[in-house]
Amino acid sequence: MKDFVIPDDRDMGTPAKVGAAVTLSVDGFDVTVPEGTSVMRAAAEIGLKIPKLCATDSVDAFGSCRLCVVEIEGRRGTPASCTTPVMEGMVVRTQSSKVKKIRNGVMELYISDHPLDCLTCAANGDCELQDMAGAVGLRDVRYIAPQAGGLANHFEPRSGAEANPEWMAKDESNPYFTYDPAKCIVCSRCVRACEEVQGTFALTIEGRGFDSRVSAGGPLDDFLGSDCVSCGACVQACPTGTLQEKSVIELGTPERSVITTCAYCGVGCSFKAEMNGDELVRMVPYKHGEANRGHSCVKGRFAYGYATHQDRILKPMIRDSIDQPWKEVSWEEAIGFAAARMRGLQEKYGRKSIGVITSSRCTNEETYLVQKLARGVFMNNNTDTCARVCHSPTGYGLGQTFGTSAGTQNFDSVQYTDVAVIIGANPTDGHPVFASRLKKRLRQGAKLIVIDPRRTDIVRSAHIEASYHLPLRPGTNVAVVSALAHVIVDEALFDETFIRERCDWDEFTEYAEFIKDVRHSPEMTEILTGVPAEDLRKAARLYATGGNGSIYYGLGVTEHSQGSTTVMAIANLAMLTGNLGREGVGVNPLRGQNNVQGACDMGSFPHELPGYRHVKGEEVRSIFEDLWGVKIDPEPGLRIPNMLDAAVGGSFKGLYCQGEDILQSDPDTHHVAAGLAAMECVIVHDLFLNETANYAHVFLPGSTFLEKNGTFTNAERRINRVRKVMQPKNGYEDWEVTQLLAKAMGADWQYTHPTQIMDEIAATTPGFANVNYAMLEERGSVQWPCNDAAPEGSPIMHVDGFVRGKGRFIVTEYIATDERTGPRFPLLLTTGRILSQYNVGAQTRRTENTVWHAEDVLEVHPHDAEVRGIKEGDWVKLASRAGETSLRATLTDRVVPGVVYTTFHHPDTQANVITTDFSDWATNCPEYKVTAVQVGLSNGPTEWQREYNEQAQQSRRILPAAE
Amino acid sequence: MSHEKLTRMANQIASFFATQPGSDQAQRVAEHLKDFWGPEMRDELKAHAAADDSDLSPLVRDAILLI
Repeated sequence: MKDFVIPDDRDMGTPAKVGAAVTLSVDGFDVTVPEGTSVMRAAAEIGLKIPKLCATDSVDAFGSCRLCVVEIEGRRGTPASCTTPVMEGMVVRTQSSKVKKIRNGVMELYISDHPLDCLTCAANGDCELQDMAGAVGLRDVRYIAPQAGGLANHFEPRSGAEANPEWMAKDESNPYFTYDPAKCIVCSRCVRACEEVQGTFALTIEGRGFDSRVSAGGPLDDFLGSDCVSCGACVQACPTGTLQEKSVIELGTPERSVITTCAYCGVGCSFKAEMNGDELVRMVPYKHGEANRGHSCVKGRFAYGYATHQDRILKPMIRDSIDQPWKEVSWEEAIGFAAARMRGLQEKYGRKSIGVITSSRCTNEETYLVQKLARGVFMNNNTDTCARVCHSPTGYGLGQTFGTSAGTQNFDSVQYTDVAVIIGANPTDGHPVFASRLKKRLRQGAKLIVIDPRRTDIVRSAHIEASYHLPLRPGTNVAVVSALAHVIVDEALFDETFIRERCDWDEFTEYAEFIKDVRHSPEMTEILTGVPAEDLRKAARLYATGGNGSIYYGLGVTEHSQGSTTVMAIANLAMLTGNLGREGVGVNPLRGQNNVQGACDMGSFPHELPGYRHVKGEEVRSIFEDLWGVKIDPEPGLRIPNMLDAAVGGSFKGLYCQGEDILQSDPDTHHVAAGLAAMECVIVHDLFLNETANYAHVFLPGSTFLEKNGTFTNAERRINRVRKVMQPKNGYEDWEVTQLLAKAMGADWQYTHPTQIMDEIAATTPGFANVNYAMLEERGSVQWPCNDAAPEGSPIMHVDGFVRGKGRFIVTEYIATDERTGPRFPLLLTTGRILSQYNVGAQTRRTENTVWHAEDVLEVHPHDAEVRGIKEGDWVKLASRAGETSLRATLTDRVVPGVVYTTFHHPDTQANVITTDFSDWATNCPEYKVTAVQVGLSNGPTEWQREYNEQAQQSRRILPAAE
Repeated sequence: MSHEKLTRMANQIASFFATQPGSDQAQRVAEHLKDFWGPEMRDELKAHAAADDSDLSPLVRDAILLI
């Protein structure tokens, strides 16, 4: 194991600036920094640490502690170095007898109101107050409170026989960190981090002078009851033990750290895994991580407890049929059993009777091997990934229009946007760190347009408000996006120069002719979309004329029968307005899982080899054929829904499913279950006995992201290293397990480290040509394409022209989905996710995140609830033509009348028993976002839910290990 | 796979290309089917069309002749 060398992790005191060079002298050393930089930061640049408490480089300077005072030649007094900007020729002295005396006095006062329990404090050794007392040479505290009452301090619970009215008990309500007011120095770093970094404004300073206290929410709130989203920014900013991770309190101060990448959403935040030996003490966002710039959310920062949860299965298990209990066996026996079964199925039912599902949660290297297993060992192209059910329309739509299946920008780009359009995404819940970066830009004055059936938090929250929220009826995305384009073309707001230079002009004129038709006008589409025409017109004008316009979209765009068409409509909008190829603009799919982008890049789709090259291309096949020594099938294989259909039909018999839970996450649960039940060998390779494993014959235990080496590629195409911080508890990294299976089926694979797999990827895939681990060690991360044409990688795509040559406008006619409301099912159900839970919840349900969301609930508009007699918290039955389930209702006007909403994080609810088998026309991405339903009062779980739970219980039985 | 499903998927593909300008819509439907459907699914569709193509859109019928 190789620990990463941390380049420069020092706290520079104040944020970095950009500007003209300014040269000054600090303690006799010359330093040149950008204009606007603070004296404190300038000193830090040359390694001079000016003592400080209230300053930290994640938030703007505040100038309250006065510990950082300096002397500046020609200036009176002793200015605070954190709030004093540099000037050309400035001469600064950071250590004079005058400032030293002031600092000593300041520290003496601070320490006089601070407990001296350093030895038993959880922050011992990791406390800036302690460091500063040392730095200023504080040796004595003269201020001692009178013993006979009237005690004026905040830290002693009792004053003689009396209770100390200034003392406040520790707030331990948050599951992950504590707030101990006794240790607080009221530097307000936490308050500012909550505002500036996270953008939630949950914290404030209550009271004045000596009464000043940090407070979460109102006087009656604790941290858990407040607006706090538990992102950890305050804990990170706290210089003392006031806000402290419970894990550090329990386990002690970490002694080493390894840089790695979060395994939750597609933002792909960089973290320092802080360790004691092989025990993880805490995850701390890494300030040089280019996706997150030192920020985190509750999932990545705190919700890693699943890695050591008692439910984790660490031994391989097999069984002959799914009604039997599991039998724990050796790896050798499990792999032998799986290989023999899979080969047997091929002999009996044909080469194409088995397949794989690669994982968007596993590394690029692991995914590459799983698709290689299908193509080079199973000898078919039956490989698919869960991106099928989330962003496959992005691949198709952006591929058709721009020529590449990926977002166009990096996350830093949001700092330069003037108008952000969010379509079918809920970033504060789904991509929280990106949302914080966007909110920061919005507070600086950028405008926001939200297109979503629900009033999500980003529409209006502390200090941000969308200029326009277009609450469209689910299923009418194409009509709305086309109406925006109609206004832009009709009112001649398009960027003709850009279109003439970058796009195919003939296709544009055809498109313009099409979109100008009055049937696309907001006035005509209003009746079907429900979006007021006037708002839509204003929104279109704002996007077209408001400066840098960027579009961020999510699964609310793709998971529709016209998902691919909407993606193309979005691409049209960006091309029309010239919002491509520079900072602050672009088309940005927000990817659901950590490695959706990577899984797609690695050739997981049945029709594409790595690098999005169709299997029909002989020259592409030959690259892999020469390397692998096999013949690759030139015909596309089965996609996930096709595999399940074929299984029900009797021609698909065996599946190796790595790190996905298709039974819970895929639509139309009954159909998925029927497909799985019809297979003769289902191999589940996962951390837990997930829902799919109820139908499995072989269970191969997986390793967590903490237990393996590899890379993840995030939504901005950034390839980030995943580093092993502990040995796999199950014995093998996941790529090793796939290799064992391949070898047992006759392959001659000899990988000994994932770096060799990356080298193979680079050798075969043009966009990855220059990527290797040595380069990632040196640079931290790189965005593909990274090859001889772009040796430094590509933060922004299509800079001088589109990847496909000319950008292509595509006609996007609205075609209503077949899923329609009617007398039996009069409401539309749409589904989504929540901040504290992730996807099927297999990980987050096994952490204390459940305090925020213990069960899925159904959001119902009070109007729809009233006519059905539904009250807050009532059990309701949710039924569609596909199935029915019961859950609790919550009444909210976030949804409009006629629309209900729920999440799919819990198997007890199984929201997907309701969703149907309708799908995107181009890619078969399921239409999760529109299902016609009825809602009515119920007494509790349905018969089906009870039966399901019983079957799951039965299926999870494990026989005691044989002696 | 059930005929209804196969038919619905094929008709859905055709419904997109039917809206596209030009005169090669059937060709483009055929290309899409060849690029994204495995040969077994295409054969099933062809077999179904040979038996009874009344539930297939005209564009799908034309495309089937090209695959």
